[in-house]
Amino acid sequence: MIGIENIIFLIVAAVGIGLFVWQIRKIRKNVLMGRDTDLADNPSERINKTLLVAFGQQKMFKRMLPAVLHLFVYVGFIVINIEVLEILIDGIFGTHRVLGFVGPLYSGLMAINEILAALVIIACVMFLWRRNVTKVPRLATGVEMRAWPKMDANVILITEIVLMLALFVFNIADLKRVQLAGEEVVGAYPISQFFVDAFGNDPDQLYVIAKVGWWFHILGILAFMNYLPSSKHFHIIMAFPNVYYSKLLPKGKFTTNPAITHEIKAMLDPSYQPPAPEVDAEGNPVVQRFGAKDVEDLTWKQLMDAYTCTECGRCTSVCPANLTGKLLSPRKIIMDTRDRMEEKGEHPAIFAPNHYKEMGVERVQTTEQKELLRGYITPEELWACTTCNACVESCPVNIDQLSTIMDLRRFLVLEESAAPASLNAMFTNIENNGAPWAFPASDRFNWAEDLYVPNKN
Amino acid sequence: MEENKRLVKVPTMAEMAANGEEPEVLFWVGCAGAFDDRYKRVTRAFVQILEHVGVKYAVLGTEESCTGDPAKRAGNEFLFQMQALTNIEVLNAYNVKKIVTACPHCFNTIKNEYPDLGGNYEVIHHSTFLQQLINEGKVKVQGGEAFKGKRITFHDSCYLGRANDIYEAPREVLAALDADLVEMKRSRANGLCCGAGGAQMFKEPEPGKKDINIERTEEALATLGAGNGVIATACPFCMVMMNDGVKNKEQEESVKVFDIAELIAQAEGLSK
Repeated sequence: MIGIENIIFLIVAAVGIGLFVWQIRKIRKNVLMGRDTDLADNPSERINKTLLVAFGQQKMFKRMLPAVLHLFVYVGFIVINIEVLEILIDGIFGTHRVLGFVGPLYSGLMAINEILAALVIIACVMFLWRRNVTKVPRLATGVEMRAWPKMDANVILITEIVLMLALFVFNIADLKRVQLAGEEVVGAYPISQFFVDAFGNDPDQLYVIAKVGWWFHILGILAFMNYLPSSKHFHIIMAFPNVYYSKLLPKGKFTTNPAITHEIKAMLDPSYQPPAPEVDAEGNPVVQRFGAKDVEDLTWKQLMDAYTCTECGRCTSVCPANLTGKLLSPRKIIMDTRDRMEEKGEHPAIFAPNHYKEMGVERVQTTEQKELLRGYITPEELWACTTCNACVESCPVNIDQLSTIMDLRRFLVLEESAAPASLNAMFTNIENNGAPWAFPASDRFNWAEDLYVPNKN
Repeated sequence: MEENKRLVKVPTMAEMAANGEEPEVLFWVGCAGAFDDRYKRVTRAFVQILEHVGVKYAVLGTEESCTGDPAKRAGNEFLFQMQALTNIEVLNAYNVKKIVTACPHCFNTIKNEYPDLGGNYEVIHHSTFLQQLINEGKVKVQGGEAFKGKRITFHDSCYLGRANDIYEAPREVLAALDADLVEMKRSRANGLCCGAGGAQMFKEPEPGKKDINIERTEEALATLGAGNGVIATACPFCMVMMNDGVKNKEQEESVKVFDIAELIAQAEGLSK
């Protein structure tokens, strides 16, 4: 039963999976460059959210057409993977359709698979159409949509179509061969059955074609899996942990820095004893930056956001700043974070920084600094944000673009005092008058003068 | 009718404390409520409603200070915490338990960000407060017919809506009027910002093609259609931005911007 072909398969599968694990470890290392944050609270609420938003695709359905098309590909991916499991077992042990013993259930599964595979092809063709022919603005435009992101999207869609076609080639040739041999057909093939004569009547040739289709499909999957960490398509894995660890608090609640609280309390009350500062492994106090200048100043969740981004641009398409022509694009903030992380830390198999930066920089004037702030994201972008949370609300995988924007802003203000002059004036007003405008605090109650209400009759 | 009215003496926390009293609720006025000429009318309308229904309330008067919201959104965490800790000290000294405010920025900051710094209060926005008064029958909105057939569109404030998931309270308040409530295409969770949040109120916008408030005003005007209409807001910054937008579009004769509290006070016959 187990022949040379099975051994080759085993080796190929082991190499493919091994390479994938190696890449995942690199990405894990990148994400762990981030600051620690405790997100282990409320597991039941987190699971609910994951079921709704990640498994249930809840937020996708704000836009119907892409949601339905995406659902085809998503369900196709999950269900067809059951057949991939079978392919792995068949490949290793030299069996043929090993799960066939479950009978009608198997027939049902194979039938659903074929229909889903056809829907996946239709959806992917429509996605290609939207990207390349009708050029849906959020997919086709924006400074961050450079050479690589655009190519990446097309590579994914074409690969998915080719993988599905390979599955059909295998099913068609295998079905015809089994029919010719007079064997019992295992499974049901509602689509392949119409094409059984596509590859002729020669059993040997059919055997070879089925084998080629089978090998192409499985090799394709292994290759695609290793492409994921370099691609926006990595969201198919990252969406789940990212939603699980997403913010459970009201969107309006921004983080509070306790180090600053201790400093102020000590200022207001000289007898206040701040807790001892954190120390590193050698016992030296950890000097923490206020706000974020580079990727290691962000939390691991904020870095995980960057690996979850599908570059769909829903955030940017609802951003009031972007809609009115300002430089800010929340998607760019997240994509820049990922690019910078890979420049600074590890990088996956396919990594060409040129592809990120070479095209369409337009008006964004970055510097040569090897830092997230200014090297990738400019203050002009950050100051355009109204903190309206439209980007956060729109993200189907619960990325918190606003928290990264805010941390970068905080660095500009707290470490560099580099706020726009008008904001500095506002700060001064608050310090002096307790109001953002230059009105004397003593006038604060003047509004109550000469106020009348009708008497009740 | 001129004489059938009484002068309101707005009670302060200091006076109440001196008399050994505590109010049911503290009305947090906010900086815009205290200083912005147009928005002071909203503060006064809300106080008229409080007086009219006989709620035992008080304000901090000159003891109130900025919550620190604009500083925090601008990235100045230090100044924010200075303001917050000082305010919390005042609020805790008066044993404040419940706060109502008309400003979503003050609301969000006190409700969500003060607890980490030792300030724990029940905080409600005036839209929820008004909704409760209407539901309890304390505000009957008998003059609501005055709004009959008038088109009103509600502009969601980001810090009330997306930030705190309050979408229905202001709409239910408006529904008490006999008006024709129309929704903009971008509303509730998909509402478009007026352009003033995140401390944008206090700076010039970054270079771009258009100002955000113009984009939003155009949407509101298109929704209201020709003729008279009202853009209803529930935030002082939104009010400024929408007013500026309407003026920019030279529509101030036919389209008015009102806070929901002003509309209720008008319908209740408390102000014109």
